[in-house]
Amino acid sequence: MEQITKPARRDFLKASAAVGGGLTLGMYLPLGSKVAEAQGATHSPNAWVKIGTDNAITIMCARSEMGQDVYTSMTLLVAEELEVDVNKVKVEFAPPAEVYINSLLGGQLTGGSTAVRDAWEKLRKAGASARMMLVGAAAKQWGADPAQCKAAGGAITGPGGKRLTYGQVAEAAAKMEVPKDVPLKPVAEFKQVGNKAQKRLDTPAKVAGTATFGIDVKVPGMLYAAVAMPPMMGGKVASYDDTRAKNLPGVKAVVQYSRGVAVVADSYWQAKKAKDLLEITWDEGPNANNDMRKVWGGLREASNQAGAVFREGGDADGALRQSGVKVYEAAYELPFLSHSPLEPMNTVADVRADKAVIITPTQFQQLVPFVVAGATGLKPEQVEVVTTFLGGGFGRRVEVDYTIDAAEISKAVGAPVKMLWSREDDMTHDSYRPGGIYKVQAAIGSKGELVAYRYHGTSPSISSRLFPSIVKDGIDPFAVEAIDNFPYKFANHKLTYQMHDSGITPGYWRGVSHNLNCYVVEGFMDELANAMGKDPIDFRIANLQMEAEKHAWSGLSAGTSVGPRLKKVLEEVKGKAGWGAKMPEGRGQGVACMEGYNTVMSCVVEVTVSKNYDVSVDKVTYVVDAGPLIHPDQALAQIESCTIFGQSACMFGEITVKNGGVEQTNFDMYRLVRNNEAPRSINVNWLPAAKDQPPGGLGEPATAVVQAAIGNAIFAATGIRVRRMPFSPENIKAAADPRMTMKPKSV
Amino acid sequence: MLISFNLNGKAESVDVAPDTPLLWVLRDTLGKTGTKFGCGKALCGACTVHFNGNAVRSCQTPIGSVAGQRITTIEGLAANHPVKKAWTAVDVPQCGYCQPGQMMQAAALIAQNKRPSDADIDGWMAGNLCRCGTYVRIRAAVKEAAKMA
Repeated sequence: MEQITKPARRDFLKASAAVGGGLTLGMYLPLGSKVAEAQGATHSPNAWVKIGTDNAITIMCARSEMGQDVYTSMTLLVAEELEVDVNKVKVEFAPPAEVYINSLLGGQLTGGSTAVRDAWEKLRKAGASARMMLVGAAAKQWGADPAQCKAAGGAITGPGGKRLTYGQVAEAAAKMEVPKDVPLKPVAEFKQVGNKAQKRLDTPAKVAGTATFGIDVKVPGMLYAAVAMPPMMGGKVASYDDTRAKNLPGVKAVVQYSRGVAVVADSYWQAKKAKDLLEITWDEGPNANNDMRKVWGGLREASNQAGAVFREGGDADGALRQSGVKVYEAAYELPFLSHSPLEPMNTVADVRADKAVIITPTQFQQLVPFVVAGATGLKPEQVEVVTTFLGGGFGRRVEVDYTIDAAEISKAVGAPVKMLWSREDDMTHDSYRPGGIYKVQAAIGSKGELVAYRYHGTSPSISSRLFPSIVKDGIDPFAVEAIDNFPYKFANHKLTYQMHDSGITPGYWRGVSHNLNCYVVEGFMDELANAMGKDPIDFRIANLQMEAEKHAWSGLSAGTSVGPRLKKVLEEVKGKAGWGAKMPEGRGQGVACMEGYNTVMSCVVEVTVSKNYDVSVDKVTYVVDAGPLIHPDQALAQIESCTIFGQSACMFGEITVKNGGVEQTNFDMYRLVRNNEAPRSINVNWLPAAKDQPPGGLGEPATAVVQAAIGNAIFAATGIRVRRMPFSPENIKAAADPRMTMKPKSV
Repeated sequence: MLISFNLNGKAESVDVAPDTPLLWVLRDTLGKTGTKFGCGKALCGACTVHFNGNAVRSCQTPIGSVAGQRITTIEGLAANHPVKKAWTAVDVPQCGYCQPGQMMQAAALIAQNKRPSDADIDGWMAGNLCRCGTYVRIRAAVKEAAKMA
């Protein structure tokens, strides 16, 4: 983690702001500490807990709830040690403040499947520390030894049956010294964390339809903005004619802002209708002629460069040329993807002369004051940020572009404004999961021994755009995920990465490069197993690197080789999935495994492929080693979610550009899995946590693993190796060409 | 133009252009924000409401066509409606954004089919996208709701 957090933090903010709105920031962390202050008759032992004199208990949630359950899992961790019933507390989303920074990412940022891992000790300590202060205050009042007092159910009991509620001692507790030594309950004593029957705390509001997403926010005097943005990436407004637009009923103003032209009206529909009447001439910018021929041509050309080495052992290049080996090679081409959360980008901004309030569905609330300050001339401390529920995030809402836009528009019209994007705005103004070309080679000896492995990935670098300080010596750590921890033992190996700007804005997308590299690694291992006539699972197990070895980049992963953990999940999945069962024609089983976010999992998928190459994903089975589960039912929900998300990507996902702009505009052109296409069964088997094993991340890894397993299952069902996603009938048919079959070269 | 209709059992009148989609009247004019905007083209189902008991996409329903008709939104579905109870019991929502639309679609199904098969559910719910991928739980919850209905 050191590599990403410590040195990055300052540059991190500067760089991100520059990307978001073309602004330069003069502000740095640490933020002025704006910890949630006690309001009215509430008292706060620390930044995570507010206790009312009426015994109402509020626990702050410092991560953005976008479906992944932080609203409940974070709260559970605090409540467990605070000794309060999690089902009776109120949860509030925390404002930006230093205390809420995610130590694994160096910012108050939700992403990288880090929430639980960062919170695991931190939030239990926060709960325990607050409890100790409450107990201490009660003991002081009684003149008793705190060791003789016990906290449970939001109250403290002391010698002689004395009892005080948390509310009764909250004020005194807030003045107690913060304890330095905060012992934690052993895992075995958890009463709430790990409870399989625990429900989500946000379900009642989400079922009632009363949960407030960004799009639902209304503030007094608020106007509605619809926007026109350049269709081509990097374009700008050259001129516009709003004669027809501004005469429509309800229209209050038409304003130009950095990125486009906004129509502001009394209602969204009035704004939207007027926006459609704007006549805009665009300054098309440098990418105006970009198209897929150029994008793939550029990537192919770049893939011929040497790239930068990020892991090497022995002499792979030499071994690939030595006589007596068989050399296998393949190239994988993986497409660009859109995030497309179901709630389009939006923000409510109220920018005044001396302050601004920004209410927004964001994954990165900490950055918002800085970029809004940059866009409005205010100081960051004059910008208040309120985080709502997010109607999906998946990495899209790490970007703060839309908060800047809303602030500019509010400032221009001098009123609170809700800016809302259409689906078309959203799909064509995303930051995209970068596509790439991945070349792999292996040399196999005469006795079937694995002599050499060579990986060369070429793709746009996301971090070069967002967090350049973490890119070193030509390596973007987020481009080498799930390959820097390559788990198989080849006597010689060399792994290289070549970055290449394709003119398509790249962004972090759920699972980031795990999705790309897992299919390359696991697809190619499958190809080798098949070429050597071995069972895919046995072949993997036989060739795992079992010795401890530290990886060069170990940012969000376990950091060391995970051979023994992989072996276990691979062995277990055989029985769980009914591996090797005889399949009817057109049906097949595929396997994949991976370590990511310190979670290790195997996945077996069964697919049926029709004569027309339509693929049905029938059954998915996982064995997962993720350590202790904080909220087991929602850990399961995350695997279910990742499964469908990955299935959408590998079966349908492809963003293309023409004339510099994205061609797909809505869900008819960018397909997502629908109810009738989801697997009939998603079966998840958890390995018990080892002693002192910390939790692994679960919001992302299965997204990558399921895609690789689907690709391998298609091969098992058809004998066709599809190296180009999505696994559409066209791409499967193209891959069925006999010339696409991998044949070894003998050296 | 003043347009009157029945919303969740109560008389409502709105003065908006008749081509305004029902979705935006519900959300912006009447403050019923449980009904969501996802695509604007009847491709995602997030805006599903009941129009005289039938599930429709409110983004494609001009308010002019609603005059004198009966509209039910997620806010009008009783808290003890089998669909709401089942969705809670199964803990279906993740981000939750699509769920009001999913529930309105499901409620229309079980109103006419008390024992929907897997195929019935798959087909009936196929127009409602869930980006979080809660489909497995949606199927389970629809069955659960049908049992209670």
